[in-house]
Amino acid sequence: MTVVEEPRADDAPVEAEELSVVGKPLRKIDAEAKVTGRLRYADDLSLPRMLVGKLLRSTRPHAVIRRLDVSRALALPGVHAVLTGKSLPIPYGILPVSQDEHALALEKVRYVGEPVAAVAAIDEETAERAVGLIEVEYEDLPSAMSIPEALRPDTPRIHGEGDGPNVDRVAALEFGDVEAGFLEADHVREDVFFFGGNAHMPLEQHSALASWEAGKLTIQSSTQVPHYLHRTLARVLELPASRIRVIATPVGGGFGGKSDPFSHELVAAKLAIVTNRPVKFTLTREEVFYAHRGRHPVLMEVKSGFTTDGRITALSFRNMLDGGGFGSFGAATTYYTGALQGTTYRLPAYRFEAVRLHTNKPPCGPKRGHGTPQPRFALECHLDKVAEELGIDPVELRLRNAIEPFSKTVNHLRITSCGLVECIERVVEASGFHDKHGRLPHGRGVGFAVSAYLSGAGLPIYFNDMSQSEVQIKVDRGGGVTVYSMAADIGQGSSSVLAYIVAEVLGIVPEDIAVVTADTDLTPIDLGSYSSRVTFMAGNAALDAARQMRDLVVGAAAEKLEVDVAQLTTAGRRVFDRDDPERCLEWEQAVHAASALRAPLVTAGTYRAPDLAGPFKGSGVGPSPAYSFTAAVVELDCDVETGAVTVDQVWVAHDVGRAINPLLAVGQTEGSVYMALGEALMEELTFRDGLLESTSLFDYKSPTVLEMPEVHTYLIETIDPEGPFGAKEAGQGPLLPVIPAVANALHDAVGVRIDEVPITPDKVLKALDLAARGKPGRVGPKALPAFDFPPLIHVEPPEEALR
Amino acid sequence: MSPRGLVELVVNGEHHGVAIEQQRTLLEVLREDLDLTGTKHGCELGECGACTVLVDGEPHLSCLTLAVEAEGHEITTVEGLASADGLHPLQDAFADLSAAQCGYCSPGMLLTAKALLDSNPSPTLAETKQALSGNLCRCTGYAKILEAIALAATRMASLR
Repeated sequence: MTVVEEPRADDAPVEAEELSVVGKPLRKIDAEAKVTGRLRYADDLSLPRMLVGKLLRSTRPHAVIRRLDVSRALALPGVHAVLTGKSLPIPYGILPVSQDEHALALEKVRYVGEPVAAVAAIDEETAERAVGLIEVEYEDLPSAMSIPEALRPDTPRIHGEGDGPNVDRVAALEFGDVEAGFLEADHVREDVFFFGGNAHMPLEQHSALASWEAGKLTIQSSTQVPHYLHRTLARVLELPASRIRVIATPVGGGFGGKSDPFSHELVAAKLAIVTNRPVKFTLTREEVFYAHRGRHPVLMEVKSGFTTDGRITALSFRNMLDGGGFGSFGAATTYYTGALQGTTYRLPAYRFEAVRLHTNKPPCGPKRGHGTPQPRFALECHLDKVAEELGIDPVELRLRNAIEPFSKTVNHLRITSCGLVECIERVVEASGFHDKHGRLPHGRGVGFAVSAYLSGAGLPIYFNDMSQSEVQIKVDRGGGVTVYSMAADIGQGSSSVLAYIVAEVLGIVPEDIAVVTADTDLTPIDLGSYSSRVTFMAGNAALDAARQMRDLVVGAAAEKLEVDVAQLTTAGRRVFDRDDPERCLEWEQAVHAASALRAPLVTAGTYRAPDLAGPFKGSGVGPSPAYSFTAAVVELDCDVETGAVTVDQVWVAHDVGRAINPLLAVGQTEGSVYMALGEALMEELTFRDGLLESTSLFDYKSPTVLEMPEVHTYLIETIDPEGPFGAKEAGQGPLLPVIPAVANALHDAVGVRIDEVPITPDKVLKALDLAARGKPGRVGPKALPAFDFPPLIHVEPPEEALR
Repeated sequence: MSPRGLVELVVNGEHHGVAIEQQRTLLEVLREDLDLTGTKHGCELGECGACTVLVDGEPHLSCLTLAVEAEGHEITTVEGLASADGLHPLQDAFADLSAAQCGYCSPGMLLTAKALLDSNPSPTLAETKQALSGNLCRCTGYAKILEAIALAATRMASLR
């Protein structure tokens, strides 16, 4: 059960205007399609003469392909085509700097589960039999299954020539003088943390249906990023992009896991061309775990300096990321593990070094929070320890260093609206934190943490000076409005958000609006549903287009009614004189007036984030037009006999700017809390002898309804000056503080520190046992393996940060 | 090839004769032969609950049920929940409270919840949680789903 408090008077929007759609707990526009089973996800689609595709996947973590013979598979009746790596030799990758993947492995394999060959056959059973008839001879190479193994000099390079270490990316930045900050400090502390890797586990398995007709390819796929898939298909298939149509089907859960172009999408397209028949691939649950792109395991060393009165003098992070077999988003992830530490705290000096390593595991990528939950876990646990040593209340320590609205961080990020302090005050008060912290019986505890997150990455994935979101609006003569946007609704309700915004501006209701989305033939650009960007960016483009349409319609109504246009407003499907509401046109009449004067009634809006990148290399990761802020308190119970942790209640306050629909914003917050608790307590990819062990939903433990505690959600509205109606993101940020709040609550409950996620009962028992034997009650990594980070790039903090 | 046999299935009150191989699951037959794609799959191993349908009113995992086993029983899928009069109260409540985010688990959740409310019209929170414990949802944190079931139960009680 969830408690949602109505905003208090002091949260009241700064704008006095009356809103009739925005801010209301309305149904989503696709709600009925979802509850009746009518919504068609990718695997629900079929086409006449459709073939079924299956992938042969590597059984070796690291090996050279010595022989690959598909002749027996090809000879099987019902098999129409078999592809190998040579069929699609052009490399690709989501980031321009990481074009290291092939649709099917060329020459060598880099993880168990990597696609090696593909079959299209008359039905699933035949395709599976054909896959079994493909003969592969591997020559095994030594593999690297962890960060220390990747760094060993005798481990062969997973990519490129020469012996290890398997370095994919490095970053080394210093803002201000960190060593001087440590010297100035009264208290310096260092900690090492490890965040284990975990998976998105969308309930819908990835699926793609490709067809080829009259020289044009159409692919319908459960993707978060139709535009990037479009670009990749054009590159790999060597087809003009104009001959490719990508349709993102309704996505049955993404969380970042459907943001890369995938092997099965490229292979489905190629097989459709080769066979001249539609081809569908749907991954099995086991294959979803191999496709992965999940949370990077990260090993982190945190060091901070504080004055005795709890003011931070310097902070440094050293991070090692276990990237898996390919680059994916990893270059961005690497920087994200250092980018957002300063978004919650005023740091006089900050240093960040990171290395991403290749290992023989499924590739890691972006999962909800993208590279920031790991350092946030480390930072918030570290600060709890600092607070304890300084004898300062952990909430007070955060408040003394809290970032201020309309400021700049030490690493040149522009902060606009900021409800961090309000979020802190709300959860601390609602949870009774100060009556509980350090005061509950042994076995019971409360923990606290805060965080911030992007409302959209400020820069696109590939550098360009074009818009990041465009929205078109068309009005028909019946008054119906169609909104066109490439944004993919992945369950967060982005299509509904666009409808609410347009309805609000035009003074109509969402039911008057049809939203056409995520189709490269029909809709104008949106970069995709990632980095919590759609409400902010596509929302602003929709606002732009809607305001233009309102001006057209209201302008015509003013002429018709012979009143000054400034006198007119729109609401309740009417255009009327605000001082004399009887002087009005019905919406449809106003549309007719506008059509007569200015047909066609079509407008287009656009959004591109302001240029916010700082003056240094690597500054492209972190900037966002606005940041959301979150604070959380977790109360839990720890069974000292079994080590089992039961979370009883979570209080979470999220600065959402403005909730375009509070039901959806609360839903995103609750879902984030859930996902965070899974990561904190149970979710983990485990490997043995190069094999992923957790390839089913039995082995990969995630919380059921029985594990979910009561969640108290508070939306804090700060009305961001650049967000549409003041809105910021809600989909990712609320996950961040919950994981460290669990760790901090466990310490409050039983006095031990588990500096490693997930916090499983065996680790808790081990720490309790150590404490009982008079040793430090801690489980976690002791040190980072040796590695020569590159020389630091020194950057002056912005003047605003030094004030 | 396995021998095919004619199976008579009663789905949402309608009779369907389908010629199928014996090893085909109810999930496959519903989706692929009857085009009732409202029933979802998330694992095909009985782990996620997405494929839940009602067999004689009881929740069953259609991925672990052979279609031939379902012969002679009344099968209800999500497509059978609404009537000409409109949505089932559970569907209305799920839509009103946004208990369907991505919507992929919703058909299984709705049918599990229907079986619960049919046998226990005003379940406690603990009873509802117990009933839903085999249905995974990755989006909502289950909160809105629990609220929607409680709301539907209240609305259904006021209709009686």
